[in-house]
Amino acid sequence: MKVSDAKVCILQIEGTNCDEETYWAFKRLGADPEVVHLKQLIGTGIPHGMKRSLSDYQCLIFPGGFSAGDYVRAGAIFAARMKATLAKELRTFIGAGYPVGGICNGFQIMVELGVLPGLGESMTPLPEAILDKNDSDRYECRPTLLKHESRGNCVFTSKLPQNKVVMIPCAHAEGKLAFPKKEGDRIVEKLIENDQIVFRYVDEDGNYAGYPWCPNGAIYNIAGICNPAGNVFGLMPHPERAFHRFQHPDWTRTGLGESGEGENGDGKVIFESALDYIGKKF
Amino acid sequence: MFKAHIEIKLKKGVVDPEGKNIEKTLHLLGFDTVKSVHSQKVIVVELDAASKEDAAAKVGEMCKRLLTNPVTHDYTVVIS
Repeated sequence: MKVSDAKVCILQIEGTNCDEETYWAFKRLGADPEVVHLKQLIGTGIPHGMKRSLSDYQCLIFPGGFSAGDYVRAGAIFAARMKATLAKELRTFIGAGYPVGGICNGFQIMVELGVLPGLGESMTPLPEAILDKNDSDRYECRPTLLKHESRGNCVFTSKLPQNKVVMIPCAHAEGKLAFPKKEGDRIVEKLIENDQIVFRYVDEDGNYAGYPWCPNGAIYNIAGICNPAGNVFGLMPHPERAFHRFQHPDWTRTGLGESGEGENGDGKVIFESALDYIGKKF
Repeated sequence: MFKAHIEIKLKKGVVDPEGKNIEKTLHLLGFDTVKSVHSQKVIVVELDAASKEDAAAKVGEMCKRLLTNPVTHDYTVVIS
């Protein structure tokens, strides 16, 4: 499939607010994105002609924001609505190998949906993890450094070399990835074995470090994970906010070209990798 | 009609940043006798059900499917 034919569904409900940047990330790479309200997939309470189906798309993205005001828990209401109405379609979409990504609130939604970490099945009946309140009890909004750990499994980072450190900014109050107490170490080992750990927070020397380098206290410094098949990916920091080099906080000091990467921001590769995967597989 | 009083709290041993933050601030305000603070959430649901047991079963299902995340939360329900 040509990248220009790749249709990307950027799914929103009330409170989603990163849909535009995510739309433009895909648009600038030549794909065919569309911001779609969940009601359009459910098919009720919408004007004639606005009905959409997940099967119309080759990629699904849950963008960042504060869906449903973060009421109950971050992502819980979006996830519950989706699970109640589109569980079968989502399982089919994931099972077909289409890429499904979640950024920040999108990652929280995917964890609440039970599609990440996805250890038992593609969508577990109850969440296997939580993105809990930051240890600092604060909204942490600033650049974070992430080390790419994937050994090649994650389709959203296939074009990023392993062990490369990238700057992608975070903006969240609930980003502490946690697993059931006493099972944390076992689950982390399983994630390592399955090549599901995609990004971990590091300091400026590339070492795994605590606060403030890790903004939330996540287990094993994890910033992003994928499912065992590699096509479902969630990340707390925002790659769409580092699409251009000039979005990096140091660009006036380091210039646009000195990094050898021209005007590319560190987040661009996430969207490029997903489109590259779609182009080759479908 | 029944009224369900649902208390949702963190499981024992789970870090409670909100509770810790409140505790620190109370100490700063001079409440030196404060030993510890734990945050929790209360949700009140009014519902129709055939019996108290039926109401409790329905509310238990609500807690599982939306109101709590079993990874970190415990909950208690009182039906009246």
